[in-house]
Amino acid sequence: MKILILAEHDGLQLSPSVRQAVTAAQFWNSPVHVLVAGHNADAVIQQAASIHGVERVIHANAAHLAHPLAEDIANLIVSISEGYEVILAAHSSFSKNALPRVAALLDVAMISDVLEIKAENTYVRSIYAGNVLTTIQSTDAVQLLTVHGSNFAAASLGANNEISSTVIASTEIVGSEIVSTETPAAFKKASWKSEVRSQSDRPALGSAKIVISGGRSLGSAESFEEVLSPLASKLGAALGATRAAVDAGFAPNDIQVGQTGVVVAPELYIAVGVSGAIQHTYGMKDSKIVVAINQDPDAPIFQVADYGLVADLFDVIPALTAAIR
Amino acid sequence: MNILVAVKRVVDYNIKVRIKPDGSDVDIDGVKMGINPFDENALEEALRLKEEGIATEVIAVSVGTSASQDVLRHSLAMGADRAILIESNADLQPLAVAKLLKSIVTREQPSLIILGKQAIDDDAGQTGQMLAALLDYPQGTFASALEIEGNEILVTREVDGGTETLTLALPAVITADLRLNEPRFVKLPNLMMARKKPIETINAAEFGVNLDARLKLIQVAEPAVRKAGIKVGSVEELINKLRTHNGILEGV
Ligand SMILES: Cc1cc2nc3c(=O)[nH]c(=O)nc-3n(C[C@H](O)[C@H](O)[C@H](O)COP(=O)(O)OP(=O)(O)OC[C@H]3O[C@@H](n4cnc5c(N)ncnc54)[C@H](O)[C@@H]3O)c2cc1C
Repeated sequence: MKILILAEHDGLQLSPSVRQAVTAAQFWNSPVHVLVAGHNADAVIQQAASIHGVERVIHANAAHLAHPLAEDIANLIVSISEGYEVILAAHSSFSKNALPRVAALLDVAMISDVLEIKAENTYVRSIYAGNVLTTIQSTDAVQLLTVHGSNFAAASLGANNEISSTVIASTEIVGSEIVSTETPAAFKKASWKSEVRSQSDRPALGSAKIVISGGRSLGSAESFEEVLSPLASKLGAALGATRAAVDAGFAPNDIQVGQTGVVVAPELYIAVGVSGAIQHTYGMKDSKIVVAINQDPDAPIFQVADYGLVADLFDVIPALTAAIR
Repeated sequence: MNILVAVKRVVDYNIKVRIKPDGSDVDIDGVKMGINPFDENALEEALRLKEEGIATEVIAVSVGTSASQDVLRHSLAMGADRAILIESNADLQPLAVAKLLKSIVTREQPSLIILGKQAIDDDAGQTGQMLAALLDYPQGTFASALEIEGNEILVTREVDGGTETLTLALPAVITADLRLNEPRFVKLPNLMMARKKPIETINAAEFGVNLDARLKLIQVAEPAVRKAGIKVGSVEELINKLRTHNGILEGV
């Protein structure tokens, strides 16, 4: 029995969540292989090879994997899936896109966003926007899942693992110890066109120690930035937003916290002018300390806040910013 | 060009679902149900493509018990031309639903299939991708904008860290994010008219696909609830409280 982890990366950096997936994979006590699909992503390969608990890194190197499509990732995984009884990845927009496709091609169920692995085929995940936890058992021969990264500690670095390469043509070989198989041909019916990456000097939302989230009440994109940015800078915090704030164009879509956005669990979460709808609290209720600032004493956000301040955010946030050295 | 939209009947998003006392399942008896919000975005987009003269017919399909007729009526009232219910009383998981939808796609041959990106009951977010895989169609998931250009569709997708745009050859499968559009309100007269429209009902068993549940439900439980804390009276008090948590305001 072997385990395959689909690694997420941007061509240069391996996503930190891969190390959390590696920790989750240790549950089965079996060899763990990490698949890096990319184009000349040598730096990523080295990072993956240095994770403790990884036996082998498989490098699928092909030009069409520079911006990998779900179709290509799925065909690639299926082509090497022989012998793997567990295929997993950290839950993200990348894995959510590709792995259900793999599941259908392998004719198995997929278990999304696993919070806890109970037994080798039994998992806990949440449903109904986090209001209910279910324990489910998979009856399939291949277990295919994504894991909720922050529920698993990151595996440590410093290992020196074997690297194998999967190449598009047997001439295009990289790495030293090579097990060469062919990467399936590029899927012809889809192509990557462009991307817009949000630029920010702030820490990544998913891993920040402190997150400050703003709601619709901030009123405009300008005021969202003017009111929250100075505090975020002082605290070294990441910014988050409610769906209402994102829909109104006050904040970019990738910082939406909640059921249909990002799930965060920082040391400190400061909710500013956020009502606390269940779809929002789903994304932050595992934070260690929650502070809520809202002028409505009955706002549901106070039910999940350790410290609540009933006041106008336009007074409180500047005062708080000033009071922090 | 025909568009097929898949719609699911789910517990209304405002309802906090309870579990049965024995923990065997959730208790949704008598709870308010409705169309999955993301599916409403999917349908809205299809209707707009029709209104722009790009699509000619919009077909709404639901997989579920006979009660799912209500979300099909809702779809007809929004403007769908036809409605199909694939009826089953079984616990149908995403893979089984994808297989049934594949059968209906094979029959209807739509150029575009739009689904919601996830259902707010099981929060799985898999059916669209699975359907695309079974059909060997390209997929554009978590879509926040669509543009049809000849035989291709440009899809802007919401991804971690920003957005990305793909070009897909039609036929293709799209899954809708909430920001794709703002669904229209259903007017009462339309709802009345939709009551009179036929819904084609097909028994799921007729398609001869394997509908077995691959995931067995062992139990459900309530997550640990956060306890409400205290209200503080001022910014100073808030900062003092935070300082009692070692390291949280490290260096500030
Ligand atoms: C299918 C679905 C999925 C969803 N997914 C998400 C999700 O992932 N994330 C998410 O966040 N939401 C999501 N939502 C939306 C969610 O239901 C709420 O509508 C949203 O979170 C509300 O955002 P808000 O708190 O900014 O706005 P509101 O609910 O309008 O709340 C504004 C709050 O600001 C307070 N306020 C106003 N002015 C001030 C002031 N000057 N000072 C202090 N307080 C002030 C008000 O008292 C109020 O509590 C989803 C909804 C659906 C249907």
